[in-house]
Amino acid sequence: MKLRIYALAYLLFLYAPIILLPLFAFNDGTIIAFPLSGFTTNWFAELTENKALHAAVRNSLFIALMTAIFSTLLGMCAARAGAMANFPGKRGIIGFVMLPLVLPEIIVAVSLLVILRQVLGVNLSNWTIIAAHVLICTPFCIAILNGAFQNLDPSMEEAALDLGESRWSAFRLVTLPLVMPGIISSMLIAFTISLDEFIIAFFLTGTNPTMPVYIWGLLRFPASLPVVMALGTLLVALSIILLTIAELLRRRGIKRAGGTDKGGFL
Amino acid sequence: MSELIKLTGVQKYYGDYHALRDINLTIDQGEFFSLLGPSGCGKTTLLRTIAGFEGVSSGTVMIAGRDMADVPPNLRPTNMVFQSYAIFPHLSVAENVAFGLRKSGMSKADKATAVDEALTMVGLAGYGARAAHALSGGQRQRVALARALILKPKVLLLDEPLSALDKKMREHMQVELIRLQRAVGITFILVTHDQEEALVMSDRIAVMFEGEIGQLADPETLYRRPNSRRVAEFIGKMNFINGTASATDEGAKVLVPGLGKCTIPAEQFPQGVTTGEVAIGIRPETLAILFEGDKAPRHEAEAVVDEVVYYGDMTYYDVRVSEVEKPLTIAMKNLIGRPVLDVGAKTRIAWDERSLVVF
Repeated sequence: MKLRIYALAYLLFLYAPIILLPLFAFNDGTIIAFPLSGFTTNWFAELTENKALHAAVRNSLFIALMTAIFSTLLGMCAARAGAMANFPGKRGIIGFVMLPLVLPEIIVAVSLLVILRQVLGVNLSNWTIIAAHVLICTPFCIAILNGAFQNLDPSMEEAALDLGESRWSAFRLVTLPLVMPGIISSMLIAFTISLDEFIIAFFLTGTNPTMPVYIWGLLRFPASLPVVMALGTLLVALSIILLTIAELLRRRGIKRAGGTDKGGFL
Repeated sequence: MSELIKLTGVQKYYGDYHALRDINLTIDQGEFFSLLGPSGCGKTTLLRTIAGFEGVSSGTVMIAGRDMADVPPNLRPTNMVFQSYAIFPHLSVAENVAFGLRKSGMSKADKATAVDEALTMVGLAGYGARAAHALSGGQRQRVALARALILKPKVLLLDEPLSALDKKMREHMQVELIRLQRAVGITFILVTHDQEEALVMSDRIAVMFEGEIGQLADPETLYRRPNSRRVAEFIGKMNFINGTASATDEGAKVLVPGLGKCTIPAEQFPQGVTTGEVAIGIRPETLAILFEGDKAPRHEAEAVVDEVVYYGDMTYYDVRVSEVEKPLTIAMKNLIGRPVLDVGAKTRIAWDERSLVVF
C-alpha cells in the first residue's frame, strides 16, 4: 500500500508539468496561472498562421529526418558488426561508439562549434546540426538495433547464401526484413530525439532556427506563451505516438524473428 | 560407387587453435557419411569447410572433381540443413522451400509443382501456405530438408539435424532420413555427437577427436573393432581390464585377470600385437550372467552383483570379479522366465575370447 502511494506520487511529480501543457493550451487567457478562465482553440489557430514558426518546424523536420536516416544507417553497421563479427578490441570500440550517450550535450555542442567554426571553417547550417544530431542519436540507434541483430540467428543469412543468393541479396532478402521493425523503431527514436533537441541546435544553428530554438525565442514575449503551450501539446502527442509505434514494432520484430524479449528502451 | 568428395591434407587454424589437423578422406556418390565426435572435435568446422562457410588454412577440398578453393557457398553443389534449421520466419512454408529456386529461371507453375513435390517428399503435403514461425520442431526440420533437397544438390550437409527434437521424434526422423536418402540417392553428410544416431544411419562414420579423424569405418567395424581406446570409449560402452599378453605365432596369449587365459588372433589387436601390459576391452553384451539351463560357455568366472539397472527390455548389471579393480558391466536381455538378480547375489558369468579387443 505504501509502495502504491509512493508510485502514484512519483508519477504525479513526473507528469504534472506535461499535464499542465494541454491544460493551458486550451485556456482562454494569456496569463499562465490558475484559475482557468475558459476553453479556446485560438492558440492552435494562431499556430497555423505563424510563418516564422512554420519555417522553423520545416527545418526541424528536415533535420530530424536526415538524422534518423544517417544515424540508423550507422547504427545498423555497428549493430551488425557487434552481433555477427568478432574482431580484436570489439568491446572497447563498441564502448567508444556508445560514449556520446553519457557525454554532456553542452560539452558536445561547444566543442563541435569550436571545431566546425575555428578548425574546419565550415559555415553553420542545417547540415552542421544534422552532423551533431547523428553523433548523439547513433548510440540510441545502436542500442535498439543491437536487440534486432542479436535476436537474429546467424544461420539465417548463411542459409540464404547456401541456397544460392549472393551476400548482398542474402542480406536484403533475409536479414533486412527480419530487422526491419528494429530499423523503423530506431529511425523513430532518432527522429524524436533530434526533433526536440535544443542545446546543440542552439549552438550550431545558422540563420534558420530550429523549432526548439524558435520556441526559446518566443519565451521572451509573455503574450505568446499560450501559443508555445499549444505547440508543446502537439509535440508531446507526436512524441508519445512515435515512441509507442517504435516500441510496438520492436516487440513485433522480436516475435517475428522467434526470439524472446530481453527488454528495450521502454 | 564413384568418388564425389575428396579432402586432401585439410588444415584449419583459428589463430593458434588447430581446429582441423590433416584431414584426408573421400566420400562416395550416394553415401550416407557421418562425422561423429564430442563437442569441439572439429566436426562442424569440417562440414562448414565442405559447405564453403569456412576456408581452409591449407589442403584442398574437391567436390565432383572440382577444386572448391575459390568457390563461394552459393555456387557449390552442396546444400545444408542447419542445426537451428534457419527457417526464414517472415516467409510461408512454400516461400521457404522455393527460396533456392529464385535464380533457377523456372516458371511460376513449375516452381509451385517443385515445391509441392518437395513438401510431399518430406511428408508435409498441404502445408505450403502456413506461416513458417508457427511450425513445430519436427515440421521445421522437414521444411529445412525440403528447402535443401529441392535444389537437387550433389551433397546434402546436415549439422546435428536431430539434436533439437525429443527422443521419439528423433528416432522417427532417423528412419525417415535413411529412407529419404535412399529415395533421392544424394550423398548425405551428417554431423552428430550421438554415436547411436551415427551407427543407425550411416554407411561409413569418421570419428573425430581434437581436429583429427580417429577412425573411419563402417558402423559394425567401428563398434566391434575400434582402433583405439578413445574410439572404443566413445562408441557404445566398453569394459576395460588391465591384463598381460605374450606374443605367439598367430596372435597372443592373453591373461585376463579374474576371468582367465585365452589365445586370440592378431586381428583383435587393432594397434598391432603388443606384449606385456595391455588394456583389454569387452562389450557389456558379450558378457553374460549364467542362469540355470544355459549351455556351457567357452569361459566362465565367479562374480558378485554390485549394481542392477533395470531398463525393461534389458537389465544392466555391474558385477565384481576378484582381481579386477572396477566392476564389469553386463547387458542382459530380459527373456521370458529369466529372473532379475538382486544386489549382492553370487553368480557365474560367461565370456568369450572372440569378443575381446586388446590395446
